[in-house]
Formats: sequence, C-alpha cells, structure tokens
Amino acid sequence: MIVYLVRRLGQSILAIIAMAVLVFAGVYFIGNPVDVLINPEATQAEILATTQRLGLDKPLYEQFGIFIWNALHGDLGTSFVYGRPALEIILERLPATMELAVVALILSVGIGIPLGIWAGLRPNSLSGKTIMGGSILGFSLPNFWQGMLLILIFAVLLGWLPAGGRGETRAFLGMQVSFLTWDGLSHLLLPAINLALFKMSLIIRLTRANTREVCLQDYVKFARAKGLAGRRIVLVHVLKNIMIPVVTIIGLELGSMIAFAIVTETVFAWPGMGKLLIDSINLLDRPVIVAYLMLTVLIIVSINLMVDVIYSLLDPRIRLSEMKG
Amino acid sequence: MNPLLQVTDLQTHFFTRDGVAKAVDGVSFTLEKGQVLGLVGESGSGKSVTGFSILGLVDPPGRITGGQILFDGTDLVAGGEPALRHLRGKRIAMIFQDPMMTLNPVLRIDTQMVETVRAHEDVSHAEALRRAREALVQVGISPPDERLKSYPHQFSGGMRQRVAIAIALLHKPDLIIADEPTTALDVTIQAQILSELQTLCATSGTALIWITHDLAVVSGLADRLAVMYAGRIIEEGPTAEVIARPRHPYTRGLIDSVPRGKRHGAMLTQIKGMTPSLLKLPKGCKFMPRCPRADRVCEAEPSLVPLTSERSVRCFHPHDDAEEVLQP
Repeated sequence: MIVYLVRRLGQSILAIIAMAVLVFAGVYFIGNPVDVLINPEATQAEILATTQRLGLDKPLYEQFGIFIWNALHGDLGTSFVYGRPALEIILERLPATMELAVVALILSVGIGIPLGIWAGLRPNSLSGKTIMGGSILGFSLPNFWQGMLLILIFAVLLGWLPAGGRGETRAFLGMQVSFLTWDGLSHLLLPAINLALFKMSLIIRLTRANTREVCLQDYVKFARAKGLAGRRIVLVHVLKNIMIPVVTIIGLELGSMIAFAIVTETVFAWPGMGKLLIDSINLLDRPVIVAYLMLTVLIIVSINLMVDVIYSLLDPRIRLSEMKG
Repeated sequence: MNPLLQVTDLQTHFFTRDGVAKAVDGVSFTLEKGQVLGLVGESGSGKSVTGFSILGLVDPPGRITGGQILFDGTDLVAGGEPALRHLRGKRIAMIFQDPMMTLNPVLRIDTQMVETVRAHEDVSHAEALRRAREALVQVGISPPDERLKSYPHQFSGGMRQRVAIAIALLHKPDLIIADEPTTALDVTIQAQILSELQTLCATSGTALIWITHDLAVVSGLADRLAVMYAGRIIEEGPTAEVIARPRHPYTRGLIDSVPRGKRHGAMLTQIKGMTPSLLKLPKGCKFMPRCPRADRVCEAEPSLVPLTSERSVRCFHPHDDAEEVLQP
C-alpha cells in the first residue's frame, strides 16, 4: 500500500510539472499583457519601464525559471491588475466555488445514485423509463440556457429563490460560507442545481448500467439463493460493486466542477474563481491565469489521488495486487 | 409419509422476442428424504432451469407457467416470494456451477457467511461467526479463522466451491440443489468435492439434486437418475439400472458416447445431429430427428410410461431390457 501510494504521488508530481510547462508557455504566447494594461497614450520609455518592472523583457526560459523558483516558495506571482499576490486573490474566491461544487456534488450523488439504482432494478417500468428520459434531458441541455431557464422559472415567475449573488455568509472553519444562513442557502440552491443537473444525469446513467450488469451476476443470484432480503442484496451486494466505477466518475467530475464552474458562476453572478478567471483572461493578467490553472491542476491531481485510495478501499482485489507489485 | 419434494407437471417458459421457449415442459419427479437424484442432460435440456424453478430463482423473461412443486407439503409455486425467501438457504440450499462467480468479490467471506446465518435466525454476530467457522472446518478449509477474514479472490476455484458448500450447509438444509458444481474444477478437485459432498449429505440426511451433463460423475453418486431432453424427462430409474440397461435411445446414445477402455484409435460413438432449438421443437417425439429407431409412430407425442414400479421411459420404441450396453 505504501509503495503504491509513493508511486502514485510521483506520477502526480510529474503531471503537475508537465502542466506547469504547458500553462506557462501557453499563456506566454497569448499576447503581451503590457499592450492591454498600459495607457494607449504611454510613451515608448514608459512601455519599456513597465515591461522591465513586470520582468517581461527576460527570455521565456528565464521567466519560467523565476516562476518555478518562486512557486516552490509558495509565491505564484503578483497580479498585474490588482497588484496583490495572485494566489491570495484566487484563494479569496476559492471558498465560494468549493461550496458551490460540493453542494452540487452532494445533490448529484444523493439524487443520482438512488434514481440510477431504481431505474436499474426496474428497467422496463414506467418510472425507470421516465428517469432515463429525464437524464437525457439533463445532460443535453446547454448549461447556460438551463441556468437562465431556472432563473426565469424560480426567480422571475414564481419568485421563490433569488436570481444571483451569494447572500448572507457566515464564517465556518475560517471560510465564509452561504449554506449556514437561510438567505445564503436560498442563493446557493439554484446555481448548485444548475451545476448538479449534468453530473446527476451522468451518475444516473452510470449507476443504472452498472446495476443492471451486477444484477445479472451469479453472486446476486447466489445471495438470493441464500435467502437474503431484497434490501440487503441491493444495499450491500449490489451497491458495493457499483460504487467502484461511480467513485471514479465522482472524483473526475468534482475536479471539473471546481475548475469549470465558470458558466454557472457567470449566469448566477456567483463570486467564485471561475468569474475571476474570465476577468483575468480579458485583462491578460498572466500571474492570475497561471496561478488559477496551477491550482486547478493541483486540485484535480489530489482528487484523483484520493479516488485511487478510496478505490483500493472498495475493491480488495486492487489492494492485494498493488501490494504485491 | 409425504415425499420431501414432489414436482408435478412443471412448466417454465421463457418469453423472448422470437417466441416462447419452453425450457421446462411438463417435468415431474419425486425425491425422498436423504435421497440423491441425478438430473442429467445436455446444455439446453432444461435441467438447470428445473433446479432454479424449485427455488423460484428463474430470471425474467422466464417464469413458471404451470405445475406444482410440493416441498414437505407446501406448494412453492402458489406460495410466492415471501414463502420462498424463508426456505431459500434455510431448508433448500443451492450450489452453483462457477465458483469464481458465486461469491461476491468485494465482501469478505465472514460477511457472506454471517449474513446467511442471520437472514434466517435471530442470533448474535459472534454466534453466527462461530457457526460459519464450524461450517468451514466441516468442508476442510483451514485455518478457518484466517480464511474467514479473506476475500474470495484469495481462494482457488476448488476452495471457493468449498466455501459455497459451507454456506449451503450453514442451516443443515433438507435439500441441496447442486448445479454442475464440479464442472469448472480440475478432475482431482472434482473427485474430492464430490466425495465430500456425498459424505456430508449422507451423515446429515440431506437430499441432493445433482444437475450434470456428466454421466460418469453422477453414476457413482446418485440413487436415481432422471435424463432430460428438450425440457422433458425422457427416462427415469435407479442409477445402476439406467446405466446398465438404458431403455431410451437417447440415454443409450449418451452412455455409448462416453469414451471407455476401447481399443486405441477406435472411433467414439456419437449421437448424430444437434439438440433442437427450444423455439423450433419438432412435432411428436422431440428426439425423433436424431433417433436411429424412429418411425411414423414417433410423430405423435410419447408420454412417460412406467415400465416397472421403479422405472419409466418416454419412448414408443424403447430398447429391450435384455440389451445391455457394452461394459468396459
């Protein structure tokens, strides 16, 4: 188990290094931020001074070297626009995005898995077919349109929930969160549903397919032959087997939800990291873009690492073969 | 006294898109307490479906469409799911063909055994564990305490089948239905499992239905044989007699096609043709197209006729009692 973890950790670090090179080079080629940042009336001497101040006159490899050196010391650069450390600006926005993603994940798993199992156990029933039909809708509707429709129905027509913003927040573990106040929760609900619908549909379909497959296995028939109650067969024998692929997807999707909640955050004016990224790209605020992408890579890599560990806890076969290896 | 199990005119049909497959079509037999019945036939003859029907474990699109299964006086067909669930694993246990597939890969052996005990008896976890351990010792798995904590993939095929047998024995059932339990195993392991099951059943007075396509395996084990073909029993009788003097041409073909100590290089006897598709069964006798003795009479449906008090055969032209098959 230890050997396995160390090896996986090594792979993760390699992935982060590769990503750093790509991100840095990619952002470098987008354009010269000085052109955007500086007053169009500025003289050549002023432009030169700014370029030198931001360190943009040095060759790419040298800039990269400085970036990596600073990154290893926990400094991902200073925002050109805000004049403050990029990481600090992003971390200010992180709790909002994290909260949105986690609530969306809880919604999609909490609703998706039971519905998927239900549909998998009764593939030919009306309820099973309705669930499947609904899931097709869930992942084929464009996210921004679906968000606007939610606003139209629940905020404008029915007036039940607010259309945007974060509402009242409260401190929780050193972060400002919305879900602890009634006002915050009502603001959180619509964007979380919007972000969750796609993943929920995915989880429903995956769970249903796996449930159907597992139900045909001999061990389920054997469990019935042992005289076990239906509930125990579904909740223990079936559920534990379908959790393996479902956990993989949840891990991958949590990463992408945190990183790419951009559309939802824009539609619902949710003050998260995604909104910040869009603004930074418009202003070519290079350090913020790089820092954002690096943080995203770090989050996705760590989640994948966690998934692998959970995986081995769920499936004893993986545990053993990896321990030998 | 009632027999332990009395199956009368059992019909289990599969409703597929291409038509109705009558996998079991009018099967009747009785089984006394402690008796061993060998249910023999080729793939698709309906022997496994007969076994699953008794436990009510036929998967859709199949279902029991008629007949009666009396177990110790209760009708299992009419009783439905709740009645069956309390019998399954408790009074009727089943062992499956492929031991690699019967144990849940993500649950430890102790979990899978303890849940079986507690599904039927309100005992503590510790007591259930003690019973599980005892059952493992009974089937020769050691060291039992360590093995209880293992996962199925840490066992070989033969060991897994022993665990499955141990699970079947947990409640000392009246009847075990064994669906080709040794087919997937090495010959040496096969022989071990076979003799162990035989001993265990004999000592505990458990009746056994041994479903197999392998006459050699079942001949040393079963008290009685029932030979199935295309969803019907075509011959039934005491094992020794059926093997020594088969009356139905199909049974005879089966016995003749077992390789025995013939001269090296001699051609094996075979039954010509193939088992018919259950969706397109011939009219009359289902074996007619492959039968060397068939004539016009066979276009009518033969019924299972008793020859003696012990034997019956479903054939218009059965072999003579005097004709013995060649013995090795």
